[in-house]
Amino acid sequence: MNNDRLYERYQRQLILKGFGAEAQQKLLSASVLVIGAGGLGCPVLQYLVAAGVGAIGIVDNDVVSLSNLHRQVLYNVQMIGRPKVDCAVEVLQQLNPQVRFTVYNERLTNKNASTILSAFDVIVDGSDNFATRYLVNDACVLLNKPFVYGAISQYEGQVAVLNVQENNERSANYRDLFPHPPKEGEVLNCAEAGVLGVLPGIIGSMMANETIKLITGTGALLANKLFTYNTLNNQTYELELSKRTETASLIPATLEALQETDYEWLCSTATLANEIDAAAFNDIVADGKAAIVDVREKDEQPVVTEFSHMQIPLNSLQQHTAWLTEETIVLFCLSGKRSAAAAKQLTELFGTSKKIYSLKGGIQQWMQQQKQTV
Amino acid sequence: MITVLFFGKLADIAEAAAELPHVSSTDELLEQLRLQYPALAAEKFIMAVDKKTISTNTLLTDNCTVALLPPFSGG
Repeated sequence: MNNDRLYERYQRQLILKGFGAEAQQKLLSASVLVIGAGGLGCPVLQYLVAAGVGAIGIVDNDVVSLSNLHRQVLYNVQMIGRPKVDCAVEVLQQLNPQVRFTVYNERLTNKNASTILSAFDVIVDGSDNFATRYLVNDACVLLNKPFVYGAISQYEGQVAVLNVQENNERSANYRDLFPHPPKEGEVLNCAEAGVLGVLPGIIGSMMANETIKLITGTGALLANKLFTYNTLNNQTYELELSKRTETASLIPATLEALQETDYEWLCSTATLANEIDAAAFNDIVADGKAAIVDVREKDEQPVVTEFSHMQIPLNSLQQHTAWLTEETIVLFCLSGKRSAAAAKQLTELFGTSKKIYSLKGGIQQWMQQQKQTV
Repeated sequence: MITVLFFGKLADIAEAAAELPHVSSTDELLEQLRLQYPALAAEKFIMAVDKKTISTNTLLTDNCTVALLPPFSGG
């Protein structure tokens, strides 16, 4: 594209006092990774692409559904059932064909995070769960990447620019604000609590604005600050974030340690002390004295043939506790969630008279690990 | 008086804002609030005094504003 067309496309921001050609060049040379192409991700992507950010990465493993359309403004009814990353890029390419896109149709995990994040200058977190939020924070701290944070709940939103280099030091990060992930059920998500579609539009637009300011060095960032907005009464509230002394000790020390940190687990069943890993599970199975119980429904896949066990689905566990005569009981399911719930029920029933364990990560993870160790 | 602002789900438990007679510290304030709103005990939140987040018990001056903020995960 020739310079005239470039000038025409970005004319309104090029003539803006305090912006201009230098700022535009910084945008064209920048790369931004947007995590989550949902309510926040859609407006973030639209405005960053429209403004002329050179390279955009999108991470999301979800597909478009009808209940997304009231707030996820890049998508339409024809796209239902298709991967969000593919639909988003189709629309965004039409908006600005000069932008280079990289899509990651996968969930951000402790294993892939550092590789994916490393390839971008700025990270924007529009994810919808705490496991991803803490993972993004810790990875950004370890990789020295600034990240723009936004989150919503019902009628309220929060925005901040975290871990940005200012005056020779990194600004506060998410763990300075909320040091420990909440446990499952402590905080509701959008699916459970509801959200009005305009809210992520407002908060996502603010995130895009902070991202553009961060890249171009324009204005004052929400660094060491948390901005909150309430759509019901139009109240805004800006907090000054203080760094916490314990923050560094809560973040994995190295990228290798990050890969070994199970964020899903930290954010869901961290209260359970009686989860055991595959090695401990195999020891108990080999010992042959414990009751091994599959708490999945009948006919669920995969079928387990590797060791003998009994089947008592979680919802009928209470009626069949008389079957559990052994001193040690080990429960498993597909992911480890139902077996954790079963372990809780049985612990309440038997107290300390029996040893009750749940296989962490479920039979799915156990089977993967067995394959790797063979 | 101390003004207490409740954000997110906490506003459903208490109200958006409450005025309380002066207490000397944030720990004491929390004790008062938990008596007044027992459901707060199960909630996770951070506190800010006069728009500055705190991580330890903090002395309160008269007419200060304390904000209680829960984490949000929605996107």
